Amino acid sequence: MRAKTSEFILRTPAVGPAIALVAAVLVFSLTTNTFLNSDNLSLIVQQSLVVGTLALGQTLVILTGGIDLANAATAVLGTLLMAKLVVGGVSGTVALITGIAAAVAIGALIGGIVTGASLPPFIVTLGMLTIVTAVSRIYAEGRSYPVTDDVLGLLGVRQYLFGHIEVTVGMGLALLMFGGAWYALTKTAWGKHVYAVGNDPESARLSGINARRTVLSVYVVAGLVYGIAAWQALGRVPNADPNAFQMGNLDSITAVVLGGTSLFGGRGSVIGTLVGALIVAVLRSGLTQAGIDSLYQDVATGVLVIVAVAVDRFSRRKQR
Amino acid sequence: MSEQVPVLRARGLVKRYGKVTAIDGADFDLLPGEVLAVVGDNGAGKSSLIKALSGAVVPDEGEISVNGEPVRFSGPLDARRHGIETVYQDLALAPAQDIATNVFLGRERRRSGPLGTVFRLLDAKGMREEAARILGELDIKIKSMAQAVETLSGGQRQGIAVARAAAFGSRVVIMDEPTAALGVAESAKVLDLIRRIRDRGLPVVLISHNMPHVFEIADRVHVHRLGKRVGVVSPRERTMNEVVGLITGALRLSEDGGELVEVYR
Repeated sequence: MRAKTSEFILRTPAVGPAIALVAAVLVFSLTTNTFLNSDNLSLIVQQSLVVGTLALGQTLVILTGGIDLANAATAVLGTLLMAKLVVGGVSGTVALITGIAAAVAIGALIGGIVTGASLPPFIVTLGMLTIVTAVSRIYAEGRSYPVTDDVLGLLGVRQYLFGHIEVTVGMGLALLMFGGAWYALTKTAWGKHVYAVGNDPESARLSGINARRTVLSVYVVAGLVYGIAAWQALGRVPNADPNAFQMGNLDSITAVVLGGTSLFGGRGSVIGTLVGALIVAVLRSGLTQAGIDSLYQDVATGVLVIVAVAVDRFSRRKQR
Repeated sequence: MSEQVPVLRARGLVKRYGKVTAIDGADFDLLPGEVLAVVGDNGAGKSSLIKALSGAVVPDEGEISVNGEPVRFSGPLDARRHGIETVYQDLALAPAQDIATNVFLGRERRRSGPLGTVFRLLDAKGMREEAARILGELDIKIKSMAQAVETLSGGQRQGIAVARAAAFGSRVVIMDEPTAALGVAESAKVLDLIRRIRDRGLPVVLISHNMPHVFEIADRVHVHRLGKRVGVVSPRERTMNEVVGLITGALRLSEDGGELVEVYR
């Protein structure tokens, strides 16, 4: 019975994080009287949309055994392109498509270098982080761009379910994207190949999988996801700021790791990442309402990340 | 025997890595329906030869033919398309994935209709059933096709890799050291699997260090030394010591191939 339970948790890596999320929600609901209400819970979800979307792309990259340090910088450049184009008189739709296309192009470039020159993704995306950040600042000319546009602001549009539960269009899109990624990873051959390449690239190649093409496609899809993260960001705060989301890359890795995806590649799930992103947001909200300083919240998040990796390691050692 | 067209044949293969010559003008012949053992010392170039025959390595020189037709393999997929399946020493499995996924890795089946063509939905149930049938046919006993490969024993993993090759190989199955990591009982099972594959009419190339295993199962023994074939002998006509002599270079075959000659050094 115990063996079966541990096997279930290993095979469904999102179970552990989900338990942690429920526990955190319970603790904060009992210890504060402001945490458990629909407004606060809705706010928590809205606050995790951008990092959650960045983390979705990050999950795909990490599943192949890579890592993406440039994801948030890519999204920031996307927001600047979208906003500055609209400020300059371009239509919102064209601006949106241009911003997303730029993010896809950056993803394709990273994927092309990683697979074409067989360079470590850490180094390639570190370089790209520096380059894209600099390009954003040059392009922004030292200022930020407030933007009011129906298309760019679409994801921030609010609806009320049952009269009082606040939901946004962005939440719906995020749900669709996570669902789509889950489907692609678990129900299609592409997903099986992504896991196999992350598990053992040489074995995947010998099994007849085109490992390079698979990895390249992952970076391109991740770029598309980061472009949509840019749209999410403008829906949340209608202002493109070159200095926004400076910790976005690390925050997205935090969400991925808390969600139980292995940094070594080949194991994990996007559902886990969704839970991981929510854990970070719940922790922040709950600790704030418990009156704990945000710097101590960082300490708590950091401890949690290390514990999550340790649990992952420990459960695997037991397995072998 | 000479009038039989080899299923897989190579002439004058050469592969160099910088200054190292891994394959030095090697020949190779696999006849229909036989188990051919390839033996040789560590570093003799057996693995490189096998990789050239399975498409994992592209030789610098020489030619390969399948059923008499010249072929060029630029990757493992090319060899597969010619019906050549290989069980690599490290098995080439994705350990975190389940058995059915591994059996069909790289050739997944999609559902019929728009679910498969538009939504790319895999036929998970069909692949599980087919994997169970394939394993059952070779008498490999595993409870559930949804089990992750890393939860299996070494022999079971070997069984998965062998079954995958046997199921999809239409002309040749190549096995690189299939018993090296296994205990006595599990080795016996793998040898049994090889026999069953041959009995279905599929020729098997067996790379092995284990002389008793080679002598138990092989119809002919290809001896590899210093990057080339130094002879092919019958395990019924030669002793293990004689084969070891060929491997180490203490013996060599006479010009007509019929006699063993001692080499004095």
